[in-house]
Amino acid sequence: MKIQVRYFALFREQAGCDAETVNWSGGTAADLFQTMAAKHPTLQTQAAALVAINDEMSSWETRLHEDDEVLFFPPVAGG
Amino acid sequence: MKFSISDRPIDVAGTTRLVTDRHCGALVVFEGWIRDHNEGREVERLEYEVYRPVAEKEGAKIIDEALARFAVSHALCIHREGLLELGDCAVIVCVSAAHRDAAFDACRYIIDQAKSRLPIWKKEHYATGVSEWVNCEHCAAAGNTHGEHRHE
Repeated sequence: MKIQVRYFALFREQAGCDAETVNWSGGTAADLFQTMAAKHPTLQTQAAALVAINDEMSSWETRLHEDDEVLFFPPVAGG
Repeated sequence: MKFSISDRPIDVAGTTRLVTDRHCGALVVFEGWIRDHNEGREVERLEYEVYRPVAEKEGAKIIDEALARFAVSHALCIHREGLLELGDCAVIVCVSAAHRDAAFDACRYIIDQAKSRLPIWKKEHYATGVSEWVNCEHCAAAGNTHGEHRHE
């Protein structure tokens, strides 16, 4: 399936890009992160990282669908 | 406007007036300012990156949650984005209520939730010329529950 991936802040610097489209075998948001971390070795999982799908905060266990836009948020630090 | 992101300086007095009400005997305001140090390092300025579509939606939810949980009349929050200098106001939370207890509780709830849920990141620029994204290692270890530690 085709998925649009976007990276923010630290993740953008680690991935070396802010967005990319991938053709992927399917699975959860967590699975996708692992796939992208394998593609970009400097992209590292963090326990406090968050994920949004199609601009809605979501769970890492959510299964993705064709044409989803997945947003990988490194640990947030507002305030 | 319950929650908003701003790329301009926050008008603290003007923002505070937005929540005043004759029925309210209490007004609690929290202002988060850019300070000159963090974890032993001298900070010169700070840069906020915000993903607005989700931050604005989640921010509005946080305000709605506070209005539902606590006996308060009005609540709002504004967060800055972009490059900020020492002494700048980075975030303001204003809550008004009939009585002070609910206003304090709601204000605390809003700033705590905003810090842990909104897609906002800060990059600190240090006096040494180095700059780094700020990550709370305790949050990472605790799965962002904030159960056993507090942020300054």
